[in-house]
Amino acid sequence: MLKTRDDLINVRSIYGKSLELQTKKILVCAGTGCVSSGALEIFDLLTSLLIDKKVPCSVELQKEPHDASVGMKKSGCHGFCEMGPLVRIEPQGWLYTKVQIDDCEEIIEKTILAGEHIERLAYQKEGNVYKKQDDIPFYKGQTRMVLDHCGQIDATSIKEYFAIGGYTAFEKALYEMTPDHIINEISESNLRGRGGGGFPAGRKWSQVKRQKELQKYVVCNGDEGDPGAFMDRSIMEGDPHRMLEGMMIAGLACGASEGYIYVRAEYPMAVSRLKAAIEQATEYGLLGENILGTSFNFKLHINRGAGAFVCGEGSALTASIEGKRGMPRVKPPRTVEQGLFDKPTVLNNVETYANVPLIITNGADWYKHIGPENSPGTKAFALTGNIENTGLIEVPMGTTLKEVIFDVGGGMREGKKFKAVQIGGPSGGCLTNEHMDLPLDFDSLKKAGAMIGSGGLVVMDENTCMVEVARFFMNFTQNESCGKCVPCREGTKRMLAILERIVEGKGEEGDIELLLELADTISSTALCGLGKSAAFPVVSTIKYFRDEYEAHIFEKRCPTGNCQKL
Amino acid sequence: MNQTFDFTVVDSIIDGLGCKQSAIIAILQGIQEQYRYLPREVFPYLAKRLGISEARIYSTATFYENFSLEPKGKFVIKVCDGTACHVRKSIPILERLRKDLGLSDKKVTTEDLGFTVETVSCLGACGLAPVITVNDKVYPAMTPDKATELLNALKEEL
Repeated sequence: MLKTRDDLINVRSIYGKSLELQTKKILVCAGTGCVSSGALEIFDLLTSLLIDKKVPCSVELQKEPHDASVGMKKSGCHGFCEMGPLVRIEPQGWLYTKVQIDDCEEIIEKTILAGEHIERLAYQKEGNVYKKQDDIPFYKGQTRMVLDHCGQIDATSIKEYFAIGGYTAFEKALYEMTPDHIINEISESNLRGRGGGGFPAGRKWSQVKRQKELQKYVVCNGDEGDPGAFMDRSIMEGDPHRMLEGMMIAGLACGASEGYIYVRAEYPMAVSRLKAAIEQATEYGLLGENILGTSFNFKLHINRGAGAFVCGEGSALTASIEGKRGMPRVKPPRTVEQGLFDKPTVLNNVETYANVPLIITNGADWYKHIGPENSPGTKAFALTGNIENTGLIEVPMGTTLKEVIFDVGGGMREGKKFKAVQIGGPSGGCLTNEHMDLPLDFDSLKKAGAMIGSGGLVVMDENTCMVEVARFFMNFTQNESCGKCVPCREGTKRMLAILERIVEGKGEEGDIELLLELADTISSTALCGLGKSAAFPVVSTIKYFRDEYEAHIFEKRCPTGNCQKL
Repeated sequence: MNQTFDFTVVDSIIDGLGCKQSAIIAILQGIQEQYRYLPREVFPYLAKRLGISEARIYSTATFYENFSLEPKGKFVIKVCDGTACHVRKSIPILERLRKDLGLSDKKVTTEDLGFTVETVSCLGACGLAPVITVNDKVYPAMTPDKATELLNALKEEL
């Protein structure tokens, strides 16, 4: 139990030294992707092989460490899920890909004991062998700031987080800054909400702080429902303490003593990692009452979602935490005034909170220098679909689409031609060849009729039928419409019916116009963000691929041959 | 109503989570984890214990997709049909599973309560698309043939 500031500094230095002594480390990726490919079995086997061979090793940092023992660590998601299970070897920084049970003996014998590289396990492309993780083109084009711990440290241990300077930002905020000072720093940094809306976090915090109610709440939106997006999952699984630290700083700044984390039920591992992280932080006295000997009290709870996409919307999310149907309500009053249990509430998403410790530690000026002025910082994107390197990436805001798809993403699969990228999930739009030089940031995308959304980028090649894509998203939104307001409940049904007709070859003249009219009505009259943006994928595919719609309707032909009924 | 329903399991779930209205979703989740569905007997019981109406609990239970009022199979197979899985052909996998088990979008659970097949919007394992899960264990890079193989292996465990 840490009771003073010195206690915290001390524990950081103990584990920092312990980590330094571990000259050799084996980091096995324990993200959802690699675990499903057998990473945990590999971790267990590597550990038991070390024990059998009498090589000193430790699965957790020790207070009084053995000299030069091999550190065995379950790391967070490296983002390169397709090449999993991934094993990173320190100090060399080598990355082994697609590691199998049969490779374990060799890894210990050759790499750990003899220091030799095993070429067959390295990432190879076009005849090049990439020994080091940082040299792989997929990583080279990235700026990993929020995700920098993911894959580099043990994601399951608070000691490891202490060892690399964890909770320094919280310490600074707690002892050296006033709430106003914290909020000023966040406002000054121009950190904008990473959940999709891009609302300035500092403004939100100051609005909550201003409220006179004594009870306030900090809520984290981990209900990452957009299909094709898994940035927040990786942060919750791979670096849970950083997110907790961000929430604690928000609590300190706004005068909240309780926080809730709402996580999708589809992310069981994120839930268990967060639970463990909260327990560890409570054990050390970083959560609870009179934290580190100050008057600050803060508790965190986890709520699991139950399979409703609409709960990603603020007022639906708070209703769900209260145990009600997750339906949005009319605003105002806004969440900052009357949110959870009708009290003033700061609601930000996972990635936003994970940015907070960076800003507090390094200052707003440092942060502002990354990315464009109006959207500073980095953004994590989930690259999926018909692209060579699928996975999780982080680039500065304002990176162009071309850089993301061709430099980091490695271009299209099987040499196919790029057709479009769907950004922002079911609320977003598509970008085409003409947008290749478009900087990816909040404002530029809005101008192009798309939105950054939470950060899902689904890349589609020439064989993808855009009408079918529009139907797919409309089917999704229609399913997830909560049914409270008429425009969304009925409008999405009608739009889906028309799209289904078109892909079945029963489209009629005037369908396109009718779709656009319905889209306009729904967007201007629906109650919440889900409804307002429900029609965006349709509008944007009509805008850029009207000829495909027309071929379906008038020629009864699907140009890509996807629609089987035609 | 089944008079012999044993509420001790329900009681211990409520006690673990706290007997308060806001805990209702967590309580229902706990009950569903035990029984693989929400037995109808629990509704009046929960209403009494939590001091809220049965209708309110029912409205919550029917709103969220994860709750089921029908018994589910021993193996709940979820086929991801998120965007990434969809563009990498998840539907043929779903069709194969349904065909092999004699299920459809209306009939999701087999007669012997062995299997339930449903779709899910996204499991966040897009890098390994298409994926399916069986009782939360993720199976990456699936094909219809691999799905049949998996089913055969699971049938042995029934």
